[in-house]
Amino acid sequence: MAYPPAAHPSPPRQPSVKVILAAADVSRVVDRIAHQILEKTQGAADTVLLGIPTRGVPLAKRLAARISTFEDVTVPVGVLDITLYRDDLRRHATRAVGPTDLPSDGIDGKRVILVDDVLFSGRTVRAALDALSDVGRPASVQLAVLVDRGHRQLPIRADYVGKNIPTALAESVKVTLAETDGADEVKLYGGASA
Amino acid sequence: MIRHLLSGADLDAATATQILDTAAEMATVAGREVKKLPALRGRTVVNLFYEDSTRTRISFEAAAKRLSADVINFSAKGSSVAKGESLKDTALTLQAMGADAVVVRHPASGAPHRLANWVDGSVVNAGDGTHEHPTQALLDAYTMRSRLGRIAGLHVAVVGDVLHSRVARSNVLLLSTLGAKVTLVGPPTLIPVDIPQALAPGTDVSYDLDTVLPGVDVVMMLRVQRERMNDSYFPSAREYARRYGLDGPRMRRLPEHAIVMHPGPMNRGMEITPEVADSPRSTIVEQVANGVSVRMAVLYLLLGGNNR
Repeated sequence: MAYPPAAHPSPPRQPSVKVILAAADVSRVVDRIAHQILEKTQGAADTVLLGIPTRGVPLAKRLAARISTFEDVTVPVGVLDITLYRDDLRRHATRAVGPTDLPSDGIDGKRVILVDDVLFSGRTVRAALDALSDVGRPASVQLAVLVDRGHRQLPIRADYVGKNIPTALAESVKVTLAETDGADEVKLYGGASA
Repeated sequence: MIRHLLSGADLDAATATQILDTAAEMATVAGREVKKLPALRGRTVVNLFYEDSTRTRISFEAAAKRLSADVINFSAKGSSVAKGESLKDTALTLQAMGADAVVVRHPASGAPHRLANWVDGSVVNAGDGTHEHPTQALLDAYTMRSRLGRIAGLHVAVVGDVLHSRVARSNVLLLSTLGAKVTLVGPPTLIPVDIPQALAPGTDVSYDLDTVLPGVDVVMMLRVQRERMNDSYFPSAREYARRYGLDGPRMRRLPEHAIVMHPGPMNRGMEITPEVADSPRSTIVEQVANGVSVRMAVLYLLLGGNNR
């Protein structure tokens, strides 16, 4: 069975690009998350920020810097590499392992806030929770993300969300940060509609 | 990504560096409360040892277990090999049992290469005859890098029974790939004439340990392999020790920063004196600890992804 022919041939689909957050927006969003963390954690007491590579790491550092500007408290920042805990290791060529760098006081008994750029399927966060339980026993774990694009495949939600972006599965969200990519921006790629 | 690790020459500089970097991350696991990573869950690693070994077999076993792989240990003693089973039939048996990787040590040079053609899984050479022992070379390189901060530009003296040493061969290959200069030192009877240049151009040979010592960053002492010696390569053990053994006075002739390595097991009093072996310059115990991290990195890079 064939569809009726189009009235006029449609032009070849151009992958559309839409800027969701510009540099100034990203910085405002980070400020807001920093405020929310202070509010929800009673001034960031006993709190540790752990960035998930790649872009969760500079985000965690920025959050810590903003928190210390707002309230004059120092929040320890660390890096949690989750490569060896991924559930899709065997679907790709071997992935390079990155460094895990925990704050010197450790994470035992602390409130750990995982920081990542995009929350999508939730599988990265699942891997991070597994990795976390192998390196210590935090009192509680929270999740902060710059962008939540939906389409969760696991029962995971974020405690702090910079921006909710409703997306189609075919679309992709790309976060760039000054530290890793030269400029702060969140873009939405793909989809037929411009 | 490589599928087998059979020779020090299988690794280019980028892959070797990646293994060393990965090993550095694996090393942090040893300091944790939970010394386990889930990366190789459900994979099977067979340790196929046709030759006696303590540290290499235990090191591979610990490495595979820390990555959550299932480990099957096979030693020729007490197996069907004692009844006359061939390497190929043993390999096909392992294949049928679904081994994802086979770590093999064999007295015949080249056995792992043959094995690699018979099994679907990855083959790791854990020492074949007098040929190669690539993971030892990797852990030696890792030890040098962690002690001295770099490998490129180092001058490494490999001293002793080069003729029978698989450690020496793999080290010459890997170290020259990584930009170090190697000088082989030993009695003329224990240094093959044409091999050093064939392995890696730029490799020097010296028969006089004392002239080499002041200019090196690393001295790697090799074990005198009495079990491989059917002929007399030197007049007596005492004469060997006097000319090529590393003792206190020789050690003090080394530059301030230089380190002393030995792949083990040592013949104390033969190629190395206890004073040197137990000095702070000696990295011998470190090498064993680093062996686990490096082998974890090798197993992860061979088995961790979908590299078929």
